[in-house]
Amino acid sequence: MSETTNQLAGNDDPNDSKSEIMAHAKAMVENLERGDSHEAFKVLEDLNKARDRTLFSEVGRLTRSLHSAITEFHIDIEMNQESQKEISRISDASDRLNYVINLTEDAANKTMDKVEEAIPAANMIQTTAEELKPEWESVLKGEVDPDQFRELHKKMGAFIDSTIVSSQGLGTNLSDILLAQDYQDLTGQVIKRVIQLVQEIEGSLVELVKTASSVEELAGIEKAQQVGKDSIEAEGPIINKEERVDVVSGQDDVDDLLSSLGF
Amino acid sequence: MDKNMKILIVDDFSTMRRIIKNLLRDLGFTNTTEADDGQTALPVLKSGSFDFLITDWNMPGMTGIELLKAVREDPNLNSLPVLMVTAEAKKDQIIEAAQAGVNGYVVKPFTATVLQEKIEKIFERIEGS
Repeated sequence: MSETTNQLAGNDDPNDSKSEIMAHAKAMVENLERGDSHEAFKVLEDLNKARDRTLFSEVGRLTRSLHSAITEFHIDIEMNQESQKEISRISDASDRLNYVINLTEDAANKTMDKVEEAIPAANMIQTTAEELKPEWESVLKGEVDPDQFRELHKKMGAFIDSTIVSSQGLGTNLSDILLAQDYQDLTGQVIKRVIQLVQEIEGSLVELVKTASSVEELAGIEKAQQVGKDSIEAEGPIINKEERVDVVSGQDDVDDLLSSLGF
Repeated sequence: MDKNMKILIVDDFSTMRRIIKNLLRDLGFTNTTEADDGQTALPVLKSGSFDFLITDWNMPGMTGIELLKAVREDPNLNSLPVLMVTAEAKKDQIIEAAQAGVNGYVVKPFTATVLQEKIEKIFERIEGS
């Protein structure tokens, strides 16, 4: 076995193994033509060994790329020397994405809190104004006596005062809502870093797949047929609707599809 | 349409449940309960007399389509009106939901008007039949 390992170290070039196979094949044919089947079988054995060697070298290559792909998944150790811990970049990415979920959730809740607070104030302004409108219109028509006018004057004053207070409150709520959108900058940065990591991982995986497929080819392993993806599996929001024919582009499409089904 | 009807809102994101709850309140429906996936929703549905179910599709544990199928298989729940409010937008999925007996399908992002229209349509059809 150690002999084989030594041999394969210098035998990474596929052209070398091709010419080796060719030489063996020719020798085998010559032996068979001479009627020396014993010698022919020996050559066949050598041929198998040559095949195995190439296979071993590919497996070695696969193992090496697998190893480097795994080590590349780890975050820079220098950064965490104090803790002497190797934090997986994958779990780091998960933490980052959880942070995005938390930030966006907080922002959504803060926004909804402020909206819920603002709705009663806005409703109050509307209903009081609607109440006062007919009374005010009767003044303009001259249908109001001095006593009624004094009463209305008082109501109007109270409405103006409360509107000043409510609209100040609404203004504060609106600017709080505006500020609650500051998460976008932070989440954007985090997501960009995670995208970068995913792209790096994809690169390593593509290399791995290439190596693995050359081993499969040599070993004569047939690739498993890709099983059709279950179309019913949940996919989440569709981000490339324009390029897809299997998805609806909006509510109108949904309604059309359902009505075609008799809904 | 009875504005006091009991509605169960099922979504794994609390913010989406809150949005739907707020929109329903604006439409006059205040009798709402929440659940975060099919697994928690099903016992709630079985224990209480709900009049309407609004569910997301993609949830951990038990998805909305599984919940819909479970509801249709349950003799006590099989006539419960179900509205799906989901980001799932594949035609096959919409067809599957229709075949499973969904009463309405709203894709996210949606507007308050769309939600209102679909709810009204569902109950118009139920009351008309």
